[in-house]
Amino acid sequence: MENILEMKNINKQFYGVQALKNVNFSVRPGEVHVLVGENGAGKSTLMKILSGAYQMDSGEIYFAGEKLDIKTPLDAQERGISIIYQEFNLIPGLSVAENIYLGREPLKKSGLIDWDLLYKNTRELLDRLQADIDPRTLVSQLSVAEQQFVEISKALSFDSKLIVMDEPSATLTPKELERLFAVIRDLKSQGIAIIYISHHLDELFEIGDRLTVLRDGEWITTDNIEDVDKNYIIKMMVGRELTNSYPPREVTPGEVVLEVKNLTREGVLDNISFSLRQGEILAIAGLVGSGRTELVRALYGADPKDSGEVIFKGKPIQIDSPKDSINHGIGLLPEDRKQQGLVLGQSVRNNITLASLDKLIDRMLIRDNKEKEAVHKYIKDLGIKTPSEDILAMNLSGGNQQKVVLAKWLFTDSEILIFDEPTRGIDVGAKYEIYVLMNELTKQGKSIIMISSELPEVIGISDRVLVLHKGRITGEYHRGDLSQEKIMKSAAGEVN
Amino acid sequence: MDAKANVAELRNSGGFLYRINNSYYKPEIYAGIGLVLLSIILSFASPYFLESRNLINLARQISLYAIIASGMTFVILTGGIDLSVGSIVAVTGTFIAGFIKSGMPILVAVILGFGIGLLFGLFNGFIIANTRIPAIIVTLASMSMGRGTALLYSNGYPISGLPNSFKVLGRGYLGPFPIAVYIMVVIFILTYIVLNKTKFGRHVYALGGNEETVRLSGINVRALKMKVYVISGLMSAISGLILASRLGSGQPLSGDGWELDVIAAVVVGGTDIAGGRGTIIGTIIGAFIIGVLNNGLNLLNVSPYLQLVVKGLVIIGAVFVRAGVNKAK
Repeated sequence: MENILEMKNINKQFYGVQALKNVNFSVRPGEVHVLVGENGAGKSTLMKILSGAYQMDSGEIYFAGEKLDIKTPLDAQERGISIIYQEFNLIPGLSVAENIYLGREPLKKSGLIDWDLLYKNTRELLDRLQADIDPRTLVSQLSVAEQQFVEISKALSFDSKLIVMDEPSATLTPKELERLFAVIRDLKSQGIAIIYISHHLDELFEIGDRLTVLRDGEWITTDNIEDVDKNYIIKMMVGRELTNSYPPREVTPGEVVLEVKNLTREGVLDNISFSLRQGEILAIAGLVGSGRTELVRALYGADPKDSGEVIFKGKPIQIDSPKDSINHGIGLLPEDRKQQGLVLGQSVRNNITLASLDKLIDRMLIRDNKEKEAVHKYIKDLGIKTPSEDILAMNLSGGNQQKVVLAKWLFTDSEILIFDEPTRGIDVGAKYEIYVLMNELTKQGKSIIMISSELPEVIGISDRVLVLHKGRITGEYHRGDLSQEKIMKSAAGEVN
Repeated sequence: MDAKANVAELRNSGGFLYRINNSYYKPEIYAGIGLVLLSIILSFASPYFLESRNLINLARQISLYAIIASGMTFVILTGGIDLSVGSIVAVTGTFIAGFIKSGMPILVAVILGFGIGLLFGLFNGFIIANTRIPAIIVTLASMSMGRGTALLYSNGYPISGLPNSFKVLGRGYLGPFPIAVYIMVVIFILTYIVLNKTKFGRHVYALGGNEETVRLSGINVRALKMKVYVISGLMSAISGLILASRLGSGQPLSGDGWELDVIAAVVVGGTDIAGGRGTIIGTIIGAFIIGVLNNGLNLLNVSPYLQLVVKGLVIIGAVFVRAGVNKAK
C-alpha cells in the first residue's frame, strides 16, 4: 500500500544534543500507527516537526505523495495533518462551534458571522463522531472526553488525512476510552490515518495496527501489532529486558498506625472508614470520579470535611490544614505533581526543603551548608538524576520530579506517605525505580497509601486494596486475593 | 524540548547557557550591563554627569523610590502588585506633618503617622489574602482612598512650618552622603538577607512560582500575602517620612505617579511580573537605571515630555531583551 506519510532521515539537535538521529517513519492510509518510547525518546520532537512546531535540521517529509515543507502548525493543518496534544488547545470560554472554526468562521455577505451555518457545519462534524454535544455549549462545561471529541471534530473540519493523538487516554475513564476507540475505528474506515502515542501498552493491542518504537532519538523497530507482545515492546523501549515489572513485597505490615472513621463530605465522600498498618502499602482503587483523590485530600486537610475522625497511633488527632498533617508526619504526593507538588521554576534544592525550612535555620537564617548536606543526601539516596541541586525542577524528567517531591516529604520526617498516581506520566524504567523506593520506605517502617488507576500496579505492589465507588468503599481485598476482575467489579459498584 | 535532552544538554555544556538557564539565571546581569552602558554614554554626553555633586544628588533622588521598590519586589515576587505606594507616601507625610503642627512630640508624630501609612498596607494585605479580588483592583482602590485621605486631612494644602529638627532626616548628611542614602543601603541589605536567607524569603519566591504547591506544603498562604503588602506599605511610609522631612512639609499631592517609577525599577531589574523569579540586586540596578535616565536627560536638557517617552521605551526594551533571552532558552 502507498504510504500517506513518509518521514526520511530526520535529524534534530538541541544545543548540541541529538534529539533525533536519522529517524525514518512512515504511515499508511487508514491505519492506526502506534508510536512508543520512553520519555525523551524523541516521540514528541518527531511529532512537533511533523506539525510544524519545530523545524528539522535535515531530512525529508512526503505527505500524500508530495514533498512537504512545513513552516508553521497552520501549514500542516491546511495540508491535512492535525495533532491533538495531551493538553487540549481549546478556549474554555468559547462554544464548541466557535472553537472548531476559530479564525475560519463562515461569514455572511455583510461580513458578520453566519451563526446558522457555523452551528450546522459543527453539527455535521459532531454527527460523524456520533457525539451528542450541542455546538452552542461552552467548552468549559464539557467533560475531558467530550473536549477530545471537539478536538477530533476540529481536525476533521480541516479535512485531515492524518491525525496525531498524543496520550489521548491519559485522563479518560474506561467507558470513555471505549467510545474514543469506536471513533478511531470509524475514522480508519474513512481512510484517515492515526498516529497514536500512549504509555499504556494494553491499549495498543486493542487499537493499533502497526507499531514503531523510538529510543534515545533513534528508530528501533516497526512491526505489525499482531506479531509482537508486551515484553518485546518493553524490551525494545528500554533496550534491555525487564524481567519483573514489580519488585517483590517482603514487608509484613505491623500495628495499625492510622485509623479513619466515618469520614464524610457531603456529596463526595460517604462514611468512609479504614485503617493503615505500619509498613503497609494500601492501595485505593476506583474509577475517575469515585472520590479517591477527594478522600486523601480531605484526610490530608487540603479540602474541608463535614465529619469524621482520624486516629493516629491510638490518639485522635485534628487535621484541618496541610500544616496539621505535616506536624503529625503525613505527607501528600499529589496526582498533578507539576501543578501541586513542585514549584517548577525553583531549584531542586528549594523544592526539597520548602516544607521544612525550620530544620535548616539557625539564628533566623537558613544555613547553606546544612541545606546542601541534606539535599545531597536525598539526591544520592533516592537516585535523583540531576547535574546539580541548583537545576530548576522543570528541567527534570517525570520520574526524577516525583523523587524530588518524595524527598520533600522525607525531609519533613513523614511517617505516612500518600502517593496519588505515583507513576503517572513516568517511563517504564523509572516506574520500577519508584516501586523499589516505595518498598524500601516501608522496610524502614513508613506506611503508604497509594491511589492508582493502573490495576496491574495496584496488584503488583500493594498489600491491601480498597475500592471506591461513588464516594463509598465497595470492596476490600488482600494481597493473594486480588484480581483485576474483582477490583473492576467493585469499582463499577457491583456488590459481591 | 524534552526534559531529558534538556538536562543532558545542561550537563554537557556547562558553559554560559547553563548558567543563564538555571538557578544561576541572573536577569540582573542584563540590567547591569544596561546601567553601565547608559552611564558611559551619559558621561560622554554631559561633563556634569560624573561630577561627585551630581552623583550624590542622584543617589538622594533615587533613594526615595528605591526604598519603595525593595518593598515592591516582595509583592511582585509573589505575583502581586501594589499601586497604592505613592498615596501611602502622601498619607504618611501629611499626617506626620499635621501631628507635629498640632504640638505632638516629633517621635510620637512620626510613629502615629507611620501607623496610618501601615494601615493601608494592612488593608491591602487583608483584602487580597482573604478574598479573590485581584491585587491590582484592591490597590487601585486604596491608591484612591489614600490620596483622598491625605487631601481630606490637609484640606488640600501642604502642611508646612515644621521645626528644623524634623528636617535632619531628609536634608542632613553623614560624611559625604545624605542620610537617606544610608537608609536605602541598610534597607537593601536587609531585604537581600530576608529574601535569600530566611524562610519567609523562600516562601515568597515559592508562592509566586506555584501557590497550590505552597499551600499543600503546609505554608500559611494568607499570612504570607498579608505580610508582603504590609512590607510594601512600611517601605512607602519610610519613604513618605523622608520626603516630608526633606520638603519640610507634608504635601498631600506628593508621591503622585511614583508607583509607575517603582514598578518600572523592579521590572527593568529583571523581576518577572508574573512572580517567582527576580532578585533584589536587580531592583537596585533597575532603580538606578530609572534614576540615571531621569538625571541624565535633565542634564542634557531634554524636554520633560520627551523624557517620558524615552523612559517608556527603556522599560519596553529592558523587558524585551529579557523575554528574548528566555525564549532562546
